[in-house]
Parts: sequence; C-alpha cells; structure tokens
Amino acid sequence: MADHPRPPLTATGALRRAGFFALVAVIVLYAVFPFYYAIISSLKSGSDLFRVDYFPFTWEFDNYASVFRGQPFGTNIFNSIIVATSVVALSLVLGITAAYALARIRFRGRSVLLVTILGVSMFPQVAVLSGMFQLIRTLGLFNRLPALVISYMIFTLPFTVWVLTTFMRELPKELEEAAILDGASSVTIVRRVFMPLMWPALVTTGLLAFIAAWNEFLFALSFTLTNDKRTVPVGIAVMSGASAHELPWGNIMAASVIVTVPLVLLVLMFQRRIVSGLTAGAVKG
Amino acid sequence: MRDTSWLAASRTRSAWLFLAPMLVLLALVAGWPLLRTIWLGLTDANTLQLGQAKWVGFDNFLTRSDGKWYGVLADPVWWRSVRNTLWFAVFSVSIETVLGLGIALVLNRAFPGRGIVRAAILIPWAIPTVVSARIWGWLLNDQYGFINHVLASLGIIDHPVAWTADPSLLMTSVIMVDVWKTTPFMALLILAALQMLPKECYEAALLDGTHPLKVFWRVTLPLIRPALMVAVIFRAIDALRAFDVIYVLTGANERSMTMSIYARQQLFEFNQAGYGSAVSTLLFFLIALATILLLVATRVRLTND
Repeated sequence: MADHPRPPLTATGALRRAGFFALVAVIVLYAVFPFYYAIISSLKSGSDLFRVDYFPFTWEFDNYASVFRGQPFGTNIFNSIIVATSVVALSLVLGITAAYALARIRFRGRSVLLVTILGVSMFPQVAVLSGMFQLIRTLGLFNRLPALVISYMIFTLPFTVWVLTTFMRELPKELEEAAILDGASSVTIVRRVFMPLMWPALVTTGLLAFIAAWNEFLFALSFTLTNDKRTVPVGIAVMSGASAHELPWGNIMAASVIVTVPLVLLVLMFQRRIVSGLTAGAVKG
Repeated sequence: MRDTSWLAASRTRSAWLFLAPMLVLLALVAGWPLLRTIWLGLTDANTLQLGQAKWVGFDNFLTRSDGKWYGVLADPVWWRSVRNTLWFAVFSVSIETVLGLGIALVLNRAFPGRGIVRAAILIPWAIPTVVSARIWGWLLNDQYGFINHVLASLGIIDHPVAWTADPSLLMTSVIMVDVWKTTPFMALLILAALQMLPKECYEAALLDGTHPLKVFWRVTLPLIRPALMVAVIFRAIDALRAFDVIYVLTGANERSMTMSIYARQQLFEFNQAGYGSAVSTLLFFLIALATILLLVATRVRLTND
C-alpha cells in the first residue's frame, strides 16, 4: 500500500488527498489536545481558569509556584525519581544475567521457566495485594520507599527478563562460541561480549521499566501513608482544595504538566526504540 | 566427547547460577504474596492485625447462617463490580481495536510528516494514567469543562452534563478516557504488524483491480490477525484489572466500581483482610480463566519454543 506510484493529480485525487490529511489532522488533534489544554489551563490564574480558551493568552506561573507550597510536591518528585531509578537498576542487573541463561544456554526446564515468567507478568496486582502488604510489614518497610522498589519488581522483572531474552536470542551463536573456546568464563562472556551489543536493548527496557515505575499507583497508594513518602501519581491523585467540591484545578494541571513533560520528551526522543521494545514484549510475548 | 559433556554440565550449572538471583526475588515478590493472599482469604484476618488470623475455610466466599447467605459470592456489590469490569473491558477494548486499526492504516501510508504524527500519538501513552484521569476530569468538569463548552456551543446540549458525577454517565466517561489513553498502544502494535507484511500481496491484488476494501478484508486482516489478537488479549487482561483511571476519575462509586476497586476497598478502607483476600483470589482465578479462554479461542502461541 505504501509507496505505490502516485496517480496524476485530478480533481477527485486532490479531494481525496485533502480528505486524507484532514483525517491525519483529526488523529493528531485527538491525541494531543487534552495535554495541550492542560498546559494552557496551568498557565492561567484566578478566575481566568474558568473561561475556555483555545490559545494561551496569559503566561502566569502562579500555579507552578503554589503546587510546591501547599503540599510536599518536590519531595514527591524526588521520591518518584529515587524509586524509579532503583527499580530500573535492579531489574536490569537481574534481568540481563537471567536473560543470558535463558537465551544462550540450553538446559532442562527452560521453557517452563519462560512460561512461568510470562505468567507472572500477567498477574493482576490486586491478586497479591494483601500478601504483598504483609511482606512489606514483615520486612519493616511500610511507608518507606524500599517497599515500593521491592514490590514493583513483580511487574518490571518478568517484563525485563522477557524482552532481554528475546533480544539476546537473536544475536549470532558464533559470538560466544569463540569466547568459550578461548576459555572465557560465563561472567566474562556476559560482560565483555554481550553488554556492548545489548546497549540498545538495555536502554529500551530500562526506559519502559522507568515509565512503569514512575506511573504505578495501586501499590504506592497502599504501601505509603504520609505525604512525604508518596510518589508523584499518589501526590496528584490526593491533591484537594478547601472542600471536596472545590478542586484546585490550576495546581493539579501544573503538577500534571511538571511530571509529564520529562516523560513526553523521553518518549519522543526514544520513539523508535520504545515501539520496538513494546512489539518485542507484546507481539513475540 | 567427554570434554564437551563436561562443558555442557558446567554451562548448565552456570545457567542456574545466573538465574538464581532473579528467581529468588521473583519467588519473594510474586510467589509468596500470591500464596499468602490465597491463605489469608481462608481466614478472618483484619488488615490492622494480620498476625492474628483464624482459619474460617470458605466462609469469606459463601456461607449460610440464620437462613441467609453471606460472603463475596452473596454480595450484590461484588456482582455489580464484576458486571462493570466486563462491560468496561468489552467496550473499551473493542473501541480501541477499531480506532487503533483505523489509525494504523492511516499511518501505514507514506506521507510527509508521518514521523511527527507517529510521535504525537504516543503522547497519550506516555502520560501517567493518574495524570490522564486528572486532565480528563478537568476537561469533563460539568461547569467549566472544555467538553461541555464545545457541546453547548455546537448546540448539542442545552444544560451542563455531569460526566463524572451523574451515575448513569460514569461508565461512559471512564471508557472515553481509557480509549484515549490506550488506543495509541493498539495502533502502534498493529502498525508494526502492517509494516512487516509482504508488499507483493497487495500489488498482485491491486493490479487485479480488486477494490481496496476487499483487499483489506481478504488480504490485510487475515495476515495481521495473529498480531492483532495478541494486542487484543494484552489489552483485555489489562482492562480486566483496571484500577487507576476509574479510582481517580470517579472514586469508589458503585456504578463504576471494578473488581480491583472492590477488593482494595475491602482490604484498606474496611480493613477486612480476610474477606478482601478472598476477593483477590477470586479475581486472580477469573482473570487466569479469561486469559486461558482468550488464548484457546484465538489459538495464539506465546512462546517460540
């Protein structure tokens, strides 16, 4: 369908092209407008907020200042960064060693393991909620950030192992055969032969694990209690005003923009990698 | 010969050594909590004192005393949330599939600026679910929201619609937000499948003068069916455990309560760890069953082994 020779432009052809681009415009508008509207809203203060505008007429940053005053939003951001970074580091280290074994070494029980790992990645979080709560309590981690790092492993680890295994399987066999003949140990093979080749895959899976940890809500809501231990999604979800019916929409929109802009930039920068990672995780998985 | 078998044995040993840390952690954060949750579901545990649980068998699921039925299976609110979850999953996944397919077909054409468009449709996917629920909460605000403003100026409505407060509209609003958030995922997966198709099929069909719509039904759809089915299954499993978007947009309202919200409410708002764990167990087996049924019905193979 793509790239077939373009027919000479006739009146109907021109109309068709216009229709096609109108369709594209509608798709882009649908995808982008809600976030664009959040940005416009976050830049308004006072009663301006309650007037619908299509373009930003005022550029006031009051909301951006006040979102850090009413609640420990700065701490929330800091917590999210700590948790997401630790989750990525831990899942990548454990993921790549496991993926090496699963992708490059033939041994009994390998298929069963792969299917089990895939099964865990489909666990509904609620299905383990009370057991996880008790685990966190037993480890003395309730209302502390390590509770989130440990519990997030349930969804980032299976995913990381799975995607890295898929990537690693496609590397040519000769690579390690030469290294084995040279007498290199498995650790050396992983570090010297595979790591350099795996960078693109590590960046992709790391990014996807980061986004998953950054966005997680259910565990963060259940395993933290005080505002200063909350991560960003919980911080934004519990933001409220003087009464339940007067939500501080300006602040909420500013907070939403603050936590989303870095994510959107990352996603746009690594667009191709993310798409290939998602396809490896879903189509092949 | 002895050399290679020694090598193979040592390789197998190092394989398990490499797997050990990951397996231990997974057993700790997935295996143990799952078994513990199932066990707690058979006790009368209280969330604040999990240690003092007494065995009650299947009483949390269903029990009869004084001629009345008690337990999860006798609670109309539970059945309501099962119905809501199914309704939510069926409608949001169907709409997403159709929209995603449409968007993928558009993006599969070569046109100037395609890369930018593809990046733009990733934005809803990149936005945290909680944030997208908050943004839509503002767009759908009954008094000052953008949606009501547009509908009113187009003359479609003559009084403000309470999207997130009117009980009969909660489900519609929730599905609307979920569709916006997850259609890009669907579209990109389908697009990846479309781009792997051999061009020759189309060229032959188009040269024959077959109508493009017929080419789509007879050639494109059957070819991308496996990838499409995997995407649908993944989204369906995700929709069956939906929590964030609904919890933030409408709270724990009975009209939009899902199984996950019901379970969490029992566990942490009513502190009934035993009863709540029974709900979690039920939910786990329901979703496992749905997954198996979907896999069998669509005959999708998940592993290459």
